[in-house]
Amino acid sequence: MEKVIKIAIAGEGGQGVQSIAEILAEAANEEGKNALYIPNFGVEQRGGVSIAFVQISDGQIGAPKFQKADILIPVSPRAVQRTTMYAGKDTIYIYDNSLIQEGEVNDNIVGIQYFDVTPPCPTSHHPNEDQPQEMIAGEPKTCSFSRPGPGVDPKDIPEVKKVLAIPANDIAKNEMHPRVFNIIILGAVIAATEVLPMDAIKQALESKLGDKFKKNPELREMNFKALERGYQLIKTAM
Amino acid sequence: MQELTENNVLQPAIPSSWDEATKPHKFCPGCGHGIILKCLGEAIDELGIKDKMVFGCDIGCSLLAWDFFDVDSVQTHHGRTTPVITGMKRANTDIIGVAYMGDGGGYAIGSQHLFNAAVRGERITILLCNNCNYGMTGGQMAPTTLPGMKTETTPYGRDVEQTGYPTKGPEMVAAVAPEGAYIARGTIANPRQLKGFIKKALQNQMEGNGISFVECLSSCPTNWRTNAKQTWEFVEKDMAEYFKVGELRTPQAKEG
Amino acid sequence: MAEVSLKGEQRVFMTGNEVCAWAVVAAKADIMYGYPITPQNEIMHYWTRLAPKHGKRFLQTEDEISAGFTTLGGVMSGRKAFTATAGPGNVLMQESAGMAEMMRIPIVYIIQQRGGPSTATVIYAQQETTLTTFGGNGEGHRIVYSTASHQELFDYTIKAFNSAWTYRFPTFVLGDGYQAKMREPLTLYDPEEKGQKLVEPKAMLGDTDKPERESKHLRNTYNTEDELYEVVMKNQHDWDKMAKEVVEWDAKGCEDADVIFLTHGIVARAALTAYNQLRAQGKKVGYFRPITVRPFPGEQLKEACKNAKKLFVAESAYGQLMKLVQHEIFGSTIEIVPMLRPGVGITTEEIIEEYNKL
Repeated sequence: MEKVIKIAIAGEGGQGVQSIAEILAEAANEEGKNALYIPNFGVEQRGGVSIAFVQISDGQIGAPKFQKADILIPVSPRAVQRTTMYAGKDTIYIYDNSLIQEGEVNDNIVGIQYFDVTPPCPTSHHPNEDQPQEMIAGEPKTCSFSRPGPGVDPKDIPEVKKVLAIPANDIAKNEMHPRVFNIIILGAVIAATEVLPMDAIKQALESKLGDKFKKNPELREMNFKALERGYQLIKTAM
Repeated sequence: MQELTENNVLQPAIPSSWDEATKPHKFCPGCGHGIILKCLGEAIDELGIKDKMVFGCDIGCSLLAWDFFDVDSVQTHHGRTTPVITGMKRANTDIIGVAYMGDGGGYAIGSQHLFNAAVRGERITILLCNNCNYGMTGGQMAPTTLPGMKTETTPYGRDVEQTGYPTKGPEMVAAVAPEGAYIARGTIANPRQLKGFIKKALQNQMEGNGISFVECLSSCPTNWRTNAKQTWEFVEKDMAEYFKVGELRTPQAKEG
Repeated sequence: MAEVSLKGEQRVFMTGNEVCAWAVVAAKADIMYGYPITPQNEIMHYWTRLAPKHGKRFLQTEDEISAGFTTLGGVMSGRKAFTATAGPGNVLMQESAGMAEMMRIPIVYIIQQRGGPSTATVIYAQQETTLTTFGGNGEGHRIVYSTASHQELFDYTIKAFNSAWTYRFPTFVLGDGYQAKMREPLTLYDPEEKGQKLVEPKAMLGDTDKPERESKHLRNTYNTEDELYEVVMKNQHDWDKMAKEVVEWDAKGCEDADVIFLTHGIVARAALTAYNQLRAQGKKVGYFRPITVRPFPGEQLKEACKNAKKLFVAESAYGQLMKLVQHEIFGSTIEIVPMLRPGVGITTEEIIEEYNKL
């Protein structure tokens, strides 16, 4: 039986976690691997935190969800607290150690069907074009509301094989553009899993955002730079 | 203006019929539900009927109001809020029953119940939030979607040849309800007027006159994909042009 | 939406809901009637987008009762009509399914199971197994395919139309919220290009192509007990005959197994992985999966478990699959070990953990 790599990425609704999971899975598929991606829904994480489960393998993939992740990437302080059940002794753990507070969708909301739902930015001129990623057909759209915060409490980090911290939010805000935060994370995932070549991801980004890149070539440069940055951050840390 | 300076005391920001523990509420930023429920909360406060009230809500975004008030509440099935509140009221006439729903719960799956409650003149108050789409499930067409409006199930715009024109609910209820009905359409663009309608709708039930129905024109920037300015324009201009705001029926004044 | 042409074979990566939309296009369905309910909304979203390009039609009805009956109408006028729903919507669709059972109307329903009962969750469960196999006030004269992968969602949705129109029983494709929302690869194809014959629909009423036809009078009401008995028994007879031809299952390693994992739908994937892993460790386990939960492969199951000691039944419901199994193997003395998790997903690790406790 071929090995199945189990990746779980978690964050707040506005952080674009589902988008990068989808790109990752599609890139794996394009490379001829078997991939399965399922967006969150878990009795364990009661509202708010968005989790994406991705499995990549050269062979068959079984159940869509799993107990312990090989790579676990919670990108908000609340995601760190809410995903401990997916961390095992063999897990590689990547989190964001920026001092930032992402807008959190309230707990215990009975009746909400999509945790990623937030309205378009109220002050944007063209709300429909304001999204860095295309809406995944059938999945709601997101807008990020972030402000300075206390960051991740090291006590919340579970016992795992290896812990890597990257200040993706800070880099996105200070050096690049807040919107490419999740692309930095994507670069980090590639470096950590080494399951796909960087070109595969660039190709997947290209097919997903190609129209936007054509309209605004700077966008392509920005996204690819963010990818490389995330990749380098992990490579040097490992 | 009268309400603001009733006792020379400023109105409290949160109605006391609201449950503070469940605030801030769970609706999207820019959602009209918050305004409608504020009007309802103030009306409940002014009429002092908190302890008699039963608040029923439907499926969809109205479901988020299930723990909104400090009042007995029940979340029912899609479209079945009207019959549940009807059933409660008939069994215990002391209750002030409020059925809260969206355009689907009232004009689609719940339309047979709304129609029949109207025909029978059920002594309940029905409040319907009209935002021209099915919000919670991702923005599908609603009976009230405007002609040409794009939704997830009308991606090329609502074709009135195929799907008919938007439902005018209060007009339908007004046409069939017996004497004693109070029927109005308000809008979040005029909360003072909306509160007045809702208060009269509750009073109509308290007096046992007949059915009370208020449709509230509301906003859904999340599914409309509109910024703040566009959202208000849509409610104040586009929707108000098609859905006329005002009172459609009030009970006849009783002989002296 | 993905660029799909259905010409030749195309490998794609999409969600289960999108797969269903393409499958019904491949099956040459004409018209969909539906009502929004999570998690199957996207089937309508995709269908309405590709409808004009492929000459298909759509109506969003006022509710699921209407969606079921409008679809029956579509089928009766000789078009391949279908609908899709979930949870409480499935409950409402049972009224139309009852009429389809009695009047032998070949309607196709796609069900994406969610938690139950009542509104419960919009996410996932296998709690509509009883409802889909025996819902309504009849004898369950229907066909139900329980899929476990996107390739199966595609293949069996096409097959559902063929089975419905061949044998004239309401046919259900029983998926779930996980399958609806997850993305995995599959190969799309044009069934006729692959030599699969698509059954042609025929009008029951209103066949305006034949103006000289004799008028037909259809009903589902009967006056006496005896009349009804004849009708139901005839349907039962046809159903039994169909069952032999339609039943499908998958079994591995049951001949020398001590414990057989019995699952359906997406839980079968977790069971299969557990089976493979445990066999690699030398454990004597078996795997049995009904692909049609109605008709249930009872004979085949009895045969498969005749030497085994335990039947390990795992499902995301409280005994809905188990009840079907117990009915089919009545008389067997095999011990049933239940792993019943209503509304909750089941992973390979959890199955192995429970197995190790035996």
